[in-house]
Amino acid sequence: MAQSAELLSLSPPGWGGNLLRGLSHSLQIAFGAYALGLVIGLFGAYGKLYGGKVTRDLLAIYTTVIRAVPELVLILILYYVGSDIINKISAAMGGGRVEVSGVGAGIWVLGIVQGAYATEVLRGAIQAVPPGQIEAAKSFGMPAFMTMRRVTIPAMMSFAVPGLANLWLIATKDTALLAVVGFNELTLETRQAASSTRAYFTFFLAAGFLYLMVTLFSGGIFARIEKWARRGQPSLKGGSR
Amino acid sequence: MNVKKLLASGLAAAIFSAGVVSAEEVKIGIAAEPYPPFASLDSSGTWVGWEIDVINAVCAAAELDCVITPVAWDGIIPSLTGQQIDAIMASMSITEERLKTIDFSDPYYNTPAVIVADKSMDIEATPESLAGKVVGIQASTIHQAYAQEYFKDSELRVYQTQDEANQDLFAGRIDATQADSIAMADFVNSDAGACCEIKGAVADDPVILGRGVGAGVRKGQDDLLEALNKGIAAILADGTHEKITSNYFSASIY
Amino acid sequence: MIDFKSLMQPHRIVMMLIFTGIVIWCAVSLQWDWIPKYGPLALQGIWTTIWLLVVTVVLGFLLAVPLGLAQAVGPWYLAAPAKAFCTIIRGTPLLLQLWLLYYGLGSLFPQFPWIRSSELWPYLRQAWPYAVLALTLSYAGYEGEVMRGAFKGVAKGQLEAAKSFGMPRLTMFRRIWLPQAIRNVLPTLGGETILQLKATPLVATITVVDIYAVSSRVRSDTFIIYEPLLLLAVFYILVAGVIALGFHWLEVKVLGTGRRNGSFG
Repeated sequence: MAQSAELLSLSPPGWGGNLLRGLSHSLQIAFGAYALGLVIGLFGAYGKLYGGKVTRDLLAIYTTVIRAVPELVLILILYYVGSDIINKISAAMGGGRVEVSGVGAGIWVLGIVQGAYATEVLRGAIQAVPPGQIEAAKSFGMPAFMTMRRVTIPAMMSFAVPGLANLWLIATKDTALLAVVGFNELTLETRQAASSTRAYFTFFLAAGFLYLMVTLFSGGIFARIEKWARRGQPSLKGGSR
Repeated sequence: MNVKKLLASGLAAAIFSAGVVSAEEVKIGIAAEPYPPFASLDSSGTWVGWEIDVINAVCAAAELDCVITPVAWDGIIPSLTGQQIDAIMASMSITEERLKTIDFSDPYYNTPAVIVADKSMDIEATPESLAGKVVGIQASTIHQAYAQEYFKDSELRVYQTQDEANQDLFAGRIDATQADSIAMADFVNSDAGACCEIKGAVADDPVILGRGVGAGVRKGQDDLLEALNKGIAAILADGTHEKITSNYFSASIY
Repeated sequence: MIDFKSLMQPHRIVMMLIFTGIVIWCAVSLQWDWIPKYGPLALQGIWTTIWLLVVTVVLGFLLAVPLGLAQAVGPWYLAAPAKAFCTIIRGTPLLLQLWLLYYGLGSLFPQFPWIRSSELWPYLRQAWPYAVLALTLSYAGYEGEVMRGAFKGVAKGQLEAAKSFGMPRLTMFRRIWLPQAIRNVLPTLGGETILQLKATPLVATITVVDIYAVSSRVRSDTFIIYEPLLLLAVFYILVAGVIALGFHWLEVKVLGTGRRNGSFG
């Protein structure tokens, strides 16, 4: 026990500092990917609902493919193909090599994956908004963008929050997969610490504890957001599902 | 709205950060997984080891501005060809197969491949002795290529890192592992490796096992290749290589 | 489901032509000569992936029923551990769980020398039992949470009616409660099973040779990067499609109605 405490202490020779640095990288990537995913998701949802035929079909392909292929495979494809493409575009425009930072690459790879799920969550939420509310806004001559900002988004929030909370948890856990392409996020830092000290059990348990804390903490925050988003609405409880 | 703008620009900055790299900076790719005593992460988060010292010495001698960049071993060649790194200095042996895809500098160390197994096991480093045994190897290494060619009657288990293979040897899940002699000497002298001993070197096959460890560069990067060769020659000539080696090992590994 | 007529719209024909063009371009200009050599290995890998998926989904679901039941109606000393289990499984990455089970437990073995002479040792030496265990627990954790809602969703009146007829509790559970709960979860099971399929490649990191591991092997042997990954993606899309269709068929058969759109969830 005392040995484990020493291994996990925050300053060297303990490895606690490394784990926390990994956690901070994981959270940065998760935040970024989540934000990017929401932006993609919002455009995707609008495209799927109000876009032209081609847009809708392309978006259907995007969400179907992304949701059918394992994240691990997508990460490898996007990671290798992505930096290749960026560099080729840069070279074609006469620029030099563009360096994609580790955190940046993680964000855009996971962001594209998150975007597909967010598209579906937000599409469902927008569809759940009573059409009369949006029509009323239109009949007052409200511009489309303002309708989206003032009416659709606030009204759909209560329907979207549970799905979005779930997505955030997926984002935090998916960052672990980036260990396979060598990002020093929490899981890789844990593995490095474990193999340097041979204390596999201690470090994997410690990392599991950190992930669990993130989950529980964000669960509490999302419960508050949900309560706030549902203010002034009749309770949704009581439905069978 | 300001918050959103800030978020958006922060996001964009994170994704396209650093922009175009300065011409002189050379990213030296090493394996992100620890490979003691050549390269491993210490508890303060810095990379240490024989190869790290050599990288720094070579770069200093060749007057290159090097940045050590860890990437996953399994994807280190794609990372090089995909321009995420400029050179590989990760104990990568120079083999015919790899030379089809990338170029190599002159070798900077050379050690034989050995078989390690439990002390109580009566195993020799021959295909006959290993027949029917479970042999662990690291993915994308010369050892994997060698085992697939010669140990056809053994059950092969492929690990992402040598460290995991060592861990399973220690746990008793595999009977033996094939790896580099220096890395294994370090392992059997550690507490975890006390179970095991080096059973001997495998029969050499220069086509598969290569001719020593060199720095890998993209094809066509002749300037960088020349600079690295100059640096390697310089540290071999002025005794720096020997000095670094004596800090870690008792005998020369060139 | 997609019918022939809906595919014959002009923009879809153009898109299909473009897609065919891409496929032909891939077939001609990418490198595929490695396929014959790795074909047999790939078939083994596919087999490993499929049986891992089927076995862990079935075992996981069997475990999820008591987990859901304990949380829905169990006394606190059963409900609390069941809830804790589901929270821990859902709150940590599967990759970490897998490594904890495989390397974490493995690192403890040498402290107990008798393990090596026990009857379980031949299994403990292999990698696949850990893969099955981790994937089963993961599916049980996610599905246990779903089953909790499903058990709670069964209308009280039905249970009360059965009780008033004097039906024994076990029969009531078998005849009314469980079938109703399974009906409730059926629409989500397809999606959860596809999620499980997408979790299987993680077992490659503990030396199980599934189809993902085979593609890694091709990459490390030949340095061909994109082609094996592309084929791999196509394989997973096909299997996910089969799962979606299978559950759609099951829904139609069991519920009499299916969701109109056969989208993956």
